[in-house]
Amino acid sequence: MRLAGALLAALALAATPALAAEQRTSLPDVEDEVMCVSCKVPLNVAESPQADAQREEIRRLVDRGLTKEEVKAQLVAEYGEDVLAEPEDDGLGAAYVVPIAIVLAMIAAAAFVVPRWRRAGGTPTTSAAGGPNVSDAELKRLDDDLARYD
Amino acid sequence: MRRTSVPLVVIVSLALVALLVYGVVGAADSTTLDDAVKADEKPPAPTRSLPALAGGEGSLADWRGKPVIVNFWASWCEPCKAEAPLLERAHTRLRQREGTVLGVTVSDASGDSREFMREHGISFPSLRDVDGELADDFETKGVPESFAVDRQGRVVAISRGQVQRDWVDRALRMVGA
Repeated sequence: MRLAGALLAALALAATPALAAEQRTSLPDVEDEVMCVSCKVPLNVAESPQADAQREEIRRLVDRGLTKEEVKAQLVAEYGEDVLAEPEDDGLGAAYVVPIAIVLAMIAAAAFVVPRWRRAGGTPTTSAAGGPNVSDAELKRLDDDLARYD
Repeated sequence: MRRTSVPLVVIVSLALVALLVYGVVGAADSTTLDDAVKADEKPPAPTRSLPALAGGEGSLADWRGKPVIVNFWASWCEPCKAEAPLLERAHTRLRQREGTVLGVTVSDASGDSREFMREHGISFPSLRDVDGELADDFETKGVPESFAVDRQGRVVAISRGQVQRDWVDRALRMVGA
């Protein structure tokens, strides 16, 4: 039991530097996920004094050993949510709900209207061959008419 | 076209029109405040408690009963540099009436804002609108933008963009400074 505990402790110690190495970030790793606040384009393609100032700020935070999420949190604290290239997910807002609701309402309307339209004779009756449907009496009258020309 | 397709085409067309209308209405800028000011309705100025650049908290409500020009700015904004001397002069005038220019920084690092104030000799107080909520309340579309607020806390003049001398003079007259 003691041996197992010692092994676990040794494994945990060995894993710590690996985790730390995993969490380390860099300027290129962060700058494609944040915006230049003055030019309103992703920082990795922005060319302006403000973009340079933001890059310098990120370098400073990276040098302090902050993780990517910590660096982004610091940037949000300074510049607000708009600094993030992909804003925090606030769930389904009106921008998504309303168009989805419109499409669903229209599908429901189609499901309701189209069968009624068909039942009400919206589709003209056709024979299997695609021509008009003709009754037996009409066929007999046609044959009689044609017989007169024979 | 088969007749069964008719209701489907109508419904799809209606859906497309509804989506288009929703998109156009959603993309339209809100001009409620501008319309009210143009109509001389003097709408109440939005107030929010925000962190002050100098430390602590502050709000436009702290200046109720005094004339104020609210100015949204950022250190990276070139027109903000150009208008800084005009606003500082306006602040001197407003102080004589116990009023102020109240700056509100938007999307700006606090260190950069302080450096900007030092560089341009700005002495008026500023709040930090990190989440842009006050900017949204004032329906701003960018920086700089300025709002003249009278002693009753009502917006009486708006400048969407860099302020000019005649706007500042008119705004000061309207707020009684």
